[in-house]
Amino acid sequence: MALPGTRARGWAAAAKIAQRRRHAEGARGSSSRAPPSSRAALYVHWPYCEKRCSYCNFNKYVPCGVDEAAMRSCLVTEAQTLLRLSGVRRVESVFFGGGTPSLASPSTVAAVLEAVDQAAHLPADSEVTLEANPTSPSGARLAAFGAAGVNRLSIGLQSLDDTELQLLGRTHSARDALQTLAEARRLFPGRVSVDLMLGLPAQQVGPWLGQLRMLLGRCDDHLSLYQLTLERGTALFTQVQRGTLPAPDPELAAEMYQEGRAVLREAGFRQYEVSNFARNGALSTHNWTYWQCGQYLGIGPGAHGRFVPQGAGGHTREARIQTLEPDNWMKEVMLFGHGTRRRVPLGQLELLEEVLAMGLRTDVGITHQHWQQFEPQLSLWDVFGASQEVKALLAQGLLLLDHRGLRCSWEGLAVLDSLLLTLLPRLQEAWQQRTPSPVQGG
Amino acid sequence: MWTPVGRGRWHGRALTVWATSAAHRGRLEPRLTPSRGAAAKSRTADRLYSSADRKEKIDMSRFSVENIRNFSIIAHVDHGKSTLADRLLELTGTIDKTKNNKQVLDKLQVERERGITVKAQTASLFYNCEGKQYLLNLIDTPGHVDFSYEVSRSLSACQGVLLVVDANEGIQAQTVANFFLAFEAQLSVIPVINKIDLKNADPARVEKQIEKVFDIPSDECIKISAKLGTNVERVLQAVIERIPPPKVHRKNPLKALVFDSTFDQYRGVIANVALFDGVVSKGDKIISAHTKKTYEVNEVGVLNPNEQPTHKLYAGQVGYLIAGMKDVTEAQIGDTLYLPKQPVEPLPGFKSAKPMVFAGMYPIDQSEYNNLKSAVEKLTINDSSVTVHRDSSLALGAGWRLGFLGLLHMEVFNQRLEQEYNASVILTTPTVPYKAVLSSAKLIKEYREKEITIINPAQFPDKSKVTEYLEPVILGTIITPDEYTGKVMMLCQARRAVQKNMMYIDQNRVMLKYLFPLNEIVVDFYDSLKSLSSGYASFDYEDAGYQTADLVKMDILLNGNLVEELVTIVHKDKAHTVGKAICERLKDSLPRQLFEIAIQAAIGSKIIARETVKAYRKNVLAKCYGGDITRKMKLLKRQAEGKKKLRKIGNIEVPKDAFIKVLRTQPDK
Repeated sequence: MALPGTRARGWAAAAKIAQRRRHAEGARGSSSRAPPSSRAALYVHWPYCEKRCSYCNFNKYVPCGVDEAAMRSCLVTEAQTLLRLSGVRRVESVFFGGGTPSLASPSTVAAVLEAVDQAAHLPADSEVTLEANPTSPSGARLAAFGAAGVNRLSIGLQSLDDTELQLLGRTHSARDALQTLAEARRLFPGRVSVDLMLGLPAQQVGPWLGQLRMLLGRCDDHLSLYQLTLERGTALFTQVQRGTLPAPDPELAAEMYQEGRAVLREAGFRQYEVSNFARNGALSTHNWTYWQCGQYLGIGPGAHGRFVPQGAGGHTREARIQTLEPDNWMKEVMLFGHGTRRRVPLGQLELLEEVLAMGLRTDVGITHQHWQQFEPQLSLWDVFGASQEVKALLAQGLLLLDHRGLRCSWEGLAVLDSLLLTLLPRLQEAWQQRTPSPVQGG
Repeated sequence: MWTPVGRGRWHGRALTVWATSAAHRGRLEPRLTPSRGAAAKSRTADRLYSSADRKEKIDMSRFSVENIRNFSIIAHVDHGKSTLADRLLELTGTIDKTKNNKQVLDKLQVERERGITVKAQTASLFYNCEGKQYLLNLIDTPGHVDFSYEVSRSLSACQGVLLVVDANEGIQAQTVANFFLAFEAQLSVIPVINKIDLKNADPARVEKQIEKVFDIPSDECIKISAKLGTNVERVLQAVIERIPPPKVHRKNPLKALVFDSTFDQYRGVIANVALFDGVVSKGDKIISAHTKKTYEVNEVGVLNPNEQPTHKLYAGQVGYLIAGMKDVTEAQIGDTLYLPKQPVEPLPGFKSAKPMVFAGMYPIDQSEYNNLKSAVEKLTINDSSVTVHRDSSLALGAGWRLGFLGLLHMEVFNQRLEQEYNASVILTTPTVPYKAVLSSAKLIKEYREKEITIINPAQFPDKSKVTEYLEPVILGTIITPDEYTGKVMMLCQARRAVQKNMMYIDQNRVMLKYLFPLNEIVVDFYDSLKSLSSGYASFDYEDAGYQTADLVKMDILLNGNLVEELVTIVHKDKAHTVGKAICERLKDSLPRQLFEIAIQAAIGSKIIARETVKAYRKNVLAKCYGGDITRKMKLLKRQAEGKKKLRKIGNIEVPKDAFIKVLRTQPDK
């Protein structure tokens, strides 16, 4: 097994020191002065799991044996290729997701990080997150990931109720989860996030709030609340379909969400996005990039990316997706240096639609400056200021449009998808009616 | 063996074309004849008849009145009407016996389900008996109560009927309805018990039923097997012996009854006529008593069963005439034809088609409007009894309000649209024509009459301007095995029906008679009856006029805003049930919005039912990371696109689907 080179070890050591620094300013403060097109976040998909969870329909595989060396080499190759294509000079965050990336060797993680730092610059204080299941990593193994350059952990804890964990098909117990959480906090103080699910079949509001309160006593500075979505093709979906499990009650889920948000606010957490809560400024830089429609590269089977392929002379942002199935993806990477399956150029309107839909998920919403970066001609006022339907939403107190920009109220955030059904058509309309930008004399 | 029959044949207002229109359904059934009133192209099909040379015209003058018998066969569905007709035609040499006369009968599913008899063909049979040449005219009747007017016109050309009853099933509701039609027309009734060859046949029991219900001595029943031909000859003898000849006079001026009409795309309207008096021949000028239009007769003839031209037709005879009529509405059933210089009193009983069931019809997609329009036009060119009025609904777009003779008529029409024209339609819950007797002088002046018919709920006059409201009623006959009597009675009571009679027609069969408000049976009564009796109960009904009814107009409100397309006229006793059902259906189909929606049913200012759709408390996708933004955006944009098409009531967005779910005919409870 190849060890990461000295340069990588050097990067990891520097990162180790940097990880102790708090991002006190919050995620938004972390951007550098480099132009946006030369910066990007990087997502790395590890497609393997030990076991299939009953609710998950992500692109994941439960293999008999993983040729990790080949996988590692392909991830490294694809990272190099895409970084070159994108012309990105600075990677500001890396996220290892999956699948279960904590099943990968720390050396694989190190090799990818090293390659990124070589192909572009990976600053020592970049956020490097690894998704970890409460079962897979022992304390020593978590420490090894730390040594490999990981400086933030996201723990898929999901529930503190063993019956619920079983229902979800998780391999860990509530006890395992709390132990892993404690270990992680010791190793990555202030840099640990936990996921908690809500709206499970038969789940009741009271006991769930009990779980949340218990978790509040043990958790670090970042927490995500997810409502279970029954996805077609999962075991849970089938069980509900057959009637062996009760369908989740959307009313109860809504109540859990509202109560949960309130409890977290009281505990000093800022809800900086629909599902994400942080205190002490521990926002996730990586995810923030998504919501702000920054550039990101996705490597690994089925990973998504959105960037301008400047290195290849492109000027248009593209939505890209990598080949889904790991073996095919590896073959393609070995043949072509990357496994990009689809490239769809995004038009200006489509980009603005994404800016709108993603930006409104955050508590700050879309600031006028932020909007201007994408659309200098047509202001938020131009688009939304005169619409009667938007005014109705403003009057209902679901939406705010003011000197700062456009954003959801506390109540509005919970029904954003409904708001977007008014806002998106309004944007399309305004876009079609816009006066063409003045052409320089002639 | 399948015989291509009747394709492209245009037909008047009865069932035959429906039966022949969908050969692919492929039910093999004995059938009388494929091409009465056939269009030229169906003539090229294999002929099963020993067809006479058309040039050699028959001289009809040799059949004097005393040697003519006009009769009809009536029966419950599947009791063997068509098979008996086949045998009679064979026996009289009208069709060739050596050939296989089991013909394809292409029945629509709806006909099977609803228990209608496919009508036999009109045919003139030449029969020699004891040295005398008789002319026996077998006259067609459609077999369903929706067409009772046509039946009554056909029967008015007859002096007797063969009442066919299955030896196994016994008397059914339709047998009773048919009997009374014949009885009221004062016709001789010859009971024929068919299918005596069947293993479970119990002709003795059926004889007793006939005696008990119809008061006909059991020794008058003729027991036959039409399938095997057993005793069929006796039927012909009974026709001659028991049915009197028509009371008519050749010397009188022409008086001809139109009892059916068909449309031939090459020759125009072919009118089937029965001559009550006088003579008609080619070249005669004739006048329609109904339209007062004059026509010249181009062709007369008899049906045996194909059209066979003759020199003339004489009083008492039955045949066809072609006289340059271009539209079936010009040869309306029940009309009287006479000679210009010799006007006669029109035959009694003529009525224009009177629709009893109305329903809105809309294309599922408005882009289909023109296709549907042309399909509706093509269907109504043959069926003048369907009334068509353009209508438009804010929710469902442009469409029509169609009037039908009855439920079956409506279903058949809809089914034909779907099967023959591949048109998918939204058919709204059928309504019945209510009436109001006005008290307001102003309204009477406006309407120019005191009693008005209300087809559209929007026209419903306020109670303060009305002496009384009326609703159409029918007299229903139900025959059921007695183990279901309790359930049947409960069902009838729930439908506001009043029991008029109840009798055992044998040890374990009960006949019930109820007076029903028509609107109580137009939706799902028949299905409910069939399902609670495991399919054994049969039902038929006849028109019973109008009765006073406590009717109210019910509004449906969404957050206080009136939904125009859901205004309903309902009996006061049913208002709560109906209102609740509509509110519930709306609740199930209205998507949640950002505010609460109150769905209310109201009579005037009084709320009688309410449901609430709660506001969305959470509607936002949990995870939205780098993952699949594209998918999420597509979903949102598709939803936003759909939202544009929604109808807004106040600030509530109502999808078309919600209206459809409330308005559409509900197939089953």
